Amino acid sequence: MRAAVLAILLALAAGLALGSGAAWAEDGRPALPKAKAGPCIAPPQVMRRSHYVMLLHQRDQTLRLGIRGGKASLKECVACHAADGPDGKPIPVNAPGQFCSSCHEYAAVSIDCFSCHATTPAAPQTASSP
Amino acid sequence: MNNRRAILKAAAVMALAPGVTLIAARAAARAPGEPASAANRWGLLIDTTKCGADCTACVSACKTEMGLTSHGRPLSDPQYIRKVDVADPETGMRHSLPVMCQHCAKPACVDVCPTGASMKRADGIVLVDRHRCIGCRYCMMACPYKARSFTHQDETGQKPYLPRGKGTVEACTLCAHRIDAGRQPACVEACAAHGGGAMLFGDLNDPSSPIARRVATQATSRIRADLGLEPAVRYQGI
Ligand code: HEC
Ligand code: HEC
Ligand code: HEC
Repeated sequence: MRAAVLAILLALAAGLALGSGAAWAEDGRPALPKAKAGPCIAPPQVMRRSHYVMLLHQRDQTLRLGIRGGKASLKECVACHAADGPDGKPIPVNAPGQFCSSCHEYAAVSIDCFSCHATTPAAPQTASSP
Repeated sequence: MNNRRAILKAAAVMALAPGVTLIAARAAARAPGEPASAANRWGLLIDTTKCGADCTACVSACKTEMGLTSHGRPLSDPQYIRKVDVADPETGMRHSLPVMCQHCAKPACVDVCPTGASMKRADGIVLVDRHRCIGCRYCMMACPYKARSFTHQDETGQKPYLPRGKGTVEACTLCAHRIDAGRQPACVEACAAHGGGAMLFGDLNDPSSPIARRVATQATSRIRADLGLEPAVRYQGI
């Protein structure tokens, strides 16, 4: 798996060196659904490399220390990165081909986060309830 | 340190023009980036004389808020609050009381946890850090209040603010997600709106808060106080 990751990162670096961030989806590597809003919490190069470090750091900060409002919130990743289906309903962000899973499948990473964490953004009424 | 704060608070109250009531500065949302603080000690006061035996407003509000769905097995379905009916066989006096995690100052569940998943936050809220929970359920056995549940099967449709899933222990969080945003626990809101208004939530460490004033002037008790776990949930009328 480490080799696969290295390969990704190297390929990535090459893509970036050519000055085309969009090259990602055009050469057999996974196509990622577009985010709903932006910008991301960090530049794409940083996100690809370090998103899980940020997430794992923040989960302890939030749960154990009670710090809210940090930028690497899993809720917020889902809010931006869960795409809407043709029926207008959000597609689970870990469904096949969706944002988190397409890339992880390619890199042979498996995460258990979504056995607990919601895979679609909060429905508007719960988000704004008093 | 408590004393000094009290004096500072008293000074602040006195500085207000006479006739201006200070709305108890309770549960202001914590600023982003700021950790929970030991200056607070969140607690509940439950007046059982106002709690109807048939009323389950708090229980259903909790289930809705936390996204606790039933798998059709009442004995093992997760529950964060349950109504317990007690009777004195000699006098026939009956009470019904909601029992949830008592958010003990000296929680037995934290003592026995082998991974550090059972934990007490600085502001006294006792939580399961499900990222570390291995599902051994020692905490469930240690808890004298039977407050914790185990998730036996895959869950879907969780609330974004309350991730929960198979193989881990869970319990009342005192609605930490609401408290952090400056709101009241869902059960307390529901009890006031649809029940008997039996529940009072607040900061026991803040001498000017309604809950601290009431526990300072009225007789209250804790369930199984003899165990010395020092719960943050107090009851009246039992
Ligand atoms: C067994 C259940 C469970 C699993 C599995 C789990 N979490 Fe959590 N997670 C929780 C709970 C419970 C909270 C507390 C939620 C709160 O208070 O807002 C939480 C909170 C968080 C938070 C802070 C809140 C937020 O949305 O930003 C982050 C970040 C987080 N988890 C990341 C992860 C990551 C990354 C994984 C996978 C590696 C993961 N979690 C797996 C249960 C789980
Ligand atoms: C405000 C919305 C927003 C939030 C919140 C957000 N992202 Fe992003 N993210 C974006 C945008 C926009 C991009 C650029 C690519 C695109 O348009 O899809 C991006 C890109 C990325 C990329 C690089 C994808 C690629 O092109 O290779 C990763 C990885 C990523 N995000 C992960 C995360 C994670 C993990 C979180 C949560 C910690 C998160 N994002 C939170 C909007 C967001
Ligand atoms: C650009 C590709 C890409 C995207 C998009 C992506 N990931 Fe990752 N993720 C990876 C790679 C590669 C790794 C493995 C890194 C390693 O092990 O060195 C990884 C690892 C992780 C890990 C750590 C796994 C572990 O076992 O330690 C978590 C947690 C994680 N990702 C969460 C997410 C979430 C949540 C999303 C969606 C919001 C997401 N990722 C989107 C590429 C991606």
